[in-house]
Amino acid sequence: MATALTPEPTAPAPVAVAVPERAAWWRRLPVVHQLRQSVGVQRTMLVLGLVLMAVFLLSAIFAPLLAPYGFSQLRDASGEAFGAQQPPSAEHLLGTTVGGYDVLSRVIWGSRTALMVVVIGLLLSVFLGIAFGLVSGYFGGWLDRVAVVVADAVYSFPSLLLAILAAIVISGGQASVWGGIMATAVSITVVFIPQYFRVVRAEVIRVKAEAFVESARVIGTPHRRIMTRHVLRNSTRTLPLIVTLNSSEAILTLAGLGFLGFGIEPTKGADWGYDLNKALSDIAAGIWWTSVWPGVAIVLTVLGITLVGESLNDLADPRLRRRRRAARLAGTVGSTTAVPGGVLAAGAQGADGIDGLEASEQDALDPLEDPVAEPRGVAGTGGDEGGSRS
Amino acid sequence: MTSTTPAAPAAPSAPAAPEAPQRRGRPAGSPLLRYLLVRFLLIFPTILILVSVVFVMLRLTGDPITAALGGRLTPDQLQERIHEAGYDRPIVVQYLDYLGSIVRGDFGTTISDNRPVTQVLLTYGTATLELVVYGMLVALLIGIPLGRIAASRRDSGGDATLRVASILAYATPVFFLGMLLKLVFSVWLGVLPVSGRASTISTLKMSREGSSTGIYLIDAISTGDGAVISDVLQHAILPAVTLGLITGGIFLRLVRTNVMGTLATGYVEAARSRGVGERRLLRKHAWRPALIPIITVIGLQTALLLSGAVLTETTFEWKGLGFQLVQYLLARDYVAVQGMVALIAVIVALTNFVVDVIAALIDPRIRY
Repeated sequence: MATALTPEPTAPAPVAVAVPERAAWWRRLPVVHQLRQSVGVQRTMLVLGLVLMAVFLLSAIFAPLLAPYGFSQLRDASGEAFGAQQPPSAEHLLGTTVGGYDVLSRVIWGSRTALMVVVIGLLLSVFLGIAFGLVSGYFGGWLDRVAVVVADAVYSFPSLLLAILAAIVISGGQASVWGGIMATAVSITVVFIPQYFRVVRAEVIRVKAEAFVESARVIGTPHRRIMTRHVLRNSTRTLPLIVTLNSSEAILTLAGLGFLGFGIEPTKGADWGYDLNKALSDIAAGIWWTSVWPGVAIVLTVLGITLVGESLNDLADPRLRRRRRAARLAGTVGSTTAVPGGVLAAGAQGADGIDGLEASEQDALDPLEDPVAEPRGVAGTGGDEGGSRS
Repeated sequence: MTSTTPAAPAAPSAPAAPEAPQRRGRPAGSPLLRYLLVRFLLIFPTILILVSVVFVMLRLTGDPITAALGGRLTPDQLQERIHEAGYDRPIVVQYLDYLGSIVRGDFGTTISDNRPVTQVLLTYGTATLELVVYGMLVALLIGIPLGRIAASRRDSGGDATLRVASILAYATPVFFLGMLLKLVFSVWLGVLPVSGRASTISTLKMSREGSSTGIYLIDAISTGDGAVISDVLQHAILPAVTLGLITGGIFLRLVRTNVMGTLATGYVEAARSRGVGERRLLRKHAWRPALIPIITVIGLQTALLLSGAVLTETTFEWKGLGFQLVQYLLARDYVAVQGMVALIAVIVALTNFVVDVIAALIDPRIRY
């Protein structure tokens, strides 16, 4: 509450505010900083999201301790079968599935699968997306144009279908838990690469025009060094936010894959989507516990991640942040959202494909910059709507 | 030089393509026409890329005949059928052949039930179209009014509730929502049918007495039988609401953000300073400009709606493209899959084009 971060005076000296008294190191940690910055509804949303995420992570990490049984366990210690579609009872708090697995155990183990798939999938797509975006944006030219058209085409395609196709290609011989999880993770990767490609490429093109890059080039720094040391390090500022928001989309894609029958086999891992697929026929018979719990697990996990991501996004955007504790973070993070229809405005996707083709000089306001630029132009001065409304 | 670039990669996929716009004359003078031309030419590389990606991905797994029938035929029979279908030719030849047949409108013949893919598309496309239209209607009815309410009461309890609801709609997988609705309304309350597009009696009646457009509502109305119409409508409620709620959540956010944006503009501020009331500000000044970007983004949700439709159709056994696609996928009938996905690519590319054209017509800032 009581830091010296008063609202800024009119013409801000860029470095002024945060410097005088550096807050304790833990207060400057990414999420902690935002948590302290937030107020009211925004804070409630952020806290709720953090709690849900914490539950998800704890359940994923401590699954072996928390789950009463293994995810593919069909018999209890005495060798007696659980039985299929048993209603909730003392032994099986959430009942058993049509395949005779313990629902609670599979819900808990499912969080571990989801975490692994999301982490692997996003690491891969971030890595590849950055690599492609960096090379494409830095060197530009013919290759860049083709890459933009390809990325836009793939991006416009229904992501779930893309993931299914990838799953078909990969799912040749999945022999182990890791095989199944890797296959799913790579399928999801395919969906997200274009997004990171677009974001990084737009940033690279912006940074490339900066004076320090030119200076580096003048003194004869090799391309590779300029790319990694000067351009890359200044082009990744928006990524953490996008990763947060994308991880919720990744979980939904994983669930969709599982639901359509391209998930992870029950003997190889607990997959919420797969369980929902198997529970589909239970519904008509009024058996609710096989579908409700895995579904609730998906909803809460995605909800948690989305709430955190949205809150961070709002806090980073001076137009959306509630102002009382406005810190100097404004404008350091672009306005982004993984939720379709979030802060997106006109022509975001349509026009930029042509941007990329038409005028490489204008590329600075390319893909994901566009939706930001538009409402800002409209909204006039950044953060004063709070005052004028009340 | 700029406008020729997109046309170049399009050449192999559609030789006929560049002719069409040329008939419209040289558009060099008007920026709008030039924009439309470039945007139109961009359709072809998009489709080409998507079709190629699908081709490569599915062919990485081997030839479709082995995938679909492997194990059921002897190796000799298998070899013979592979040879007949031409899958033993070099992959590049097959690829060019495939592109050529797509240009001619031939999407192949399914392996599992030996039907032309185009016929499959026509049969099941109408069902998907019907579902998507219902879903869109529900989404618009929910999203737009509620988004307006949320924006006009920014940061009130109502706004917060609606916001959380829209995030919740995003966080809920469409099939899970479908299953919950089914559980409540079909199983527990027993008021709506569990799955399908119509009861057996209605289907029979429609095929005997009604028209055969494949759009059940039209077919049902053409029978003139009230029972059939209400049966068809009852079957449509849950799938439409499921798909519509998820999409409506997105529209809600979209409308809210955009209306808040226009409410903060200079001209609205000026009107406010002249003493115009808040309600009138919203109704007369902020509302319409806010709708422009919404039209665009609603169009861009086609891809999302198609994904949603695949899942919704599977949940409710709504026998449309998505449902059928999953059946073919599970049967490993990749000719059918390839054809259907190619069609989806065409739909996506065309909608994006139409959306961009509409956006450019409405909003002059988009074209340059």
